[in-house]
Amino acid sequence: MAVQFDLVSPERRLASVQATEVQIPGADGDLTAMEGHAPTITTLRPGVLKVVATDGTKSYVVIGGFAEISATSVSVLAERAVPIEEATPALMDSFLAEVRDAASIAEDKDAAEKTVADMMALRAVIGA
Amino acid sequence: MPSLKDLKNRIGSVKNTRKITKAMQMVAAAKLRRAQDAAVAARPYAERMNAVMAGLAASVGQSDSAPRLLAGTGRDQVHLLVVMTAERGLCGGFNSTIVRLARAKATELLAAGKTVKILTVGKKGREQLRRDYERYFVGHVDLTEVKRVGYANAQGIARDVLARFEAGEFDVATIFFNRFQSVISQVPTAQQIIPAKFEAASASANALYDYEPSEEAILADLLPRNVATQIFTALLENGASEQGARMSAMDNATRNAGDMINRLTIQYNRSRQAAITKELIEIISGAEAL
Repeated sequence: MAVQFDLVSPERRLASVQATEVQIPGADGDLTAMEGHAPTITTLRPGVLKVVATDGTKSYVVIGGFAEISATSVSVLAERAVPIEEATPALMDSFLAEVRDAASIAEDKDAAEKTVADMMALRAVIGA
Repeated sequence: MPSLKDLKNRIGSVKNTRKITKAMQMVAAAKLRRAQDAAVAARPYAERMNAVMAGLAASVGQSDSAPRLLAGTGRDQVHLLVVMTAERGLCGGFNSTIVRLARAKATELLAAGKTVKILTVGKKGREQLRRDYERYFVGHVDLTEVKRVGYANAQGIARDVLARFEAGEFDVATIFFNRFQSVISQVPTAQQIIPAKFEAASASANALYDYEPSEEAILADLLPRNVATQIFTALLENGASEQGARMSAMDNATRNAGDMINRLTIQYNRSRQAAITKELIEIISGAEAL
């Protein structure tokens, strides 16, 4: 009872494991993908992605990108992805600054501001 | 006829050159390994991205509401050429092949009455294009200080390109880079990034997916990211190509220097023998005269 979970960023593949469930921060709300999930493609909001694997649970901070879910696999393509242990407040601040930067020139103000808000919420989770 | 001392100096200097080229070759080989690893590591992301984008583009692209990054501005009057070259020379024809391709494209576009704008990445390409095309330059991205090309660099370039697109500065954007095939072969490539083009994927395979939010929204979100991904891939391919080209160029240079040393050594020995023979003859004929 497992799905093949892959987490890739543009620079490298962060994880490729058998997972029992994957909690994904989708743009329209969080969702949990398990075996037999309907095929779905969803974009991501900045948030924490949680993977429950046979050998333990792992969390990653993901920013931007999308997830491709099928009955037997979950592939997350995140523009930025770091294991939560490596997500320091300083790193989060730099991401936040980056998102704000992007928002200032974005065409779609609503979406950009939502991203900034999500990012700030995530920043609050990681802590000061 | 150079003197013995001249020859000796010459041999010494060629030997030094050989040492340098040999060292450069070895450095390039080590860097090539790393660049290749980076290119391989980036592949899964780019491939997945492309597959999903192709599916989305196939289902949404036909409608009138398709984003401009996909459908284009409806014109193809102004072309932006993004010419990506190295920051350093001494890598054989690496920079020249890219520039040659870009130049051919620019000439063709100009002949067809289009407007050309050039954005250069890497100073070698800029130097080579400056003479003929300086008036078309709109910008330059300097990566001299960048030790290892990261996604952030690609994002920076992509943001620049996208901002220009939003401002209506151009209609079509093409990137020029060298695709890495092997150490001895790099293929100069022109790739159109705006409006986006995808290899036709089977629409049926993607039709099964639920999209959240809508297909249009996902497409609008992913298209700018895809530009960055393509630029990133090109930068990595370029990085590997540059090191590969440098490695083979320096290998050639090392071999040539070796040949030259052999030739000069033979010449040196001959001259030395000639000088000895001459001295002997002088002594003998001097002795006979007595």
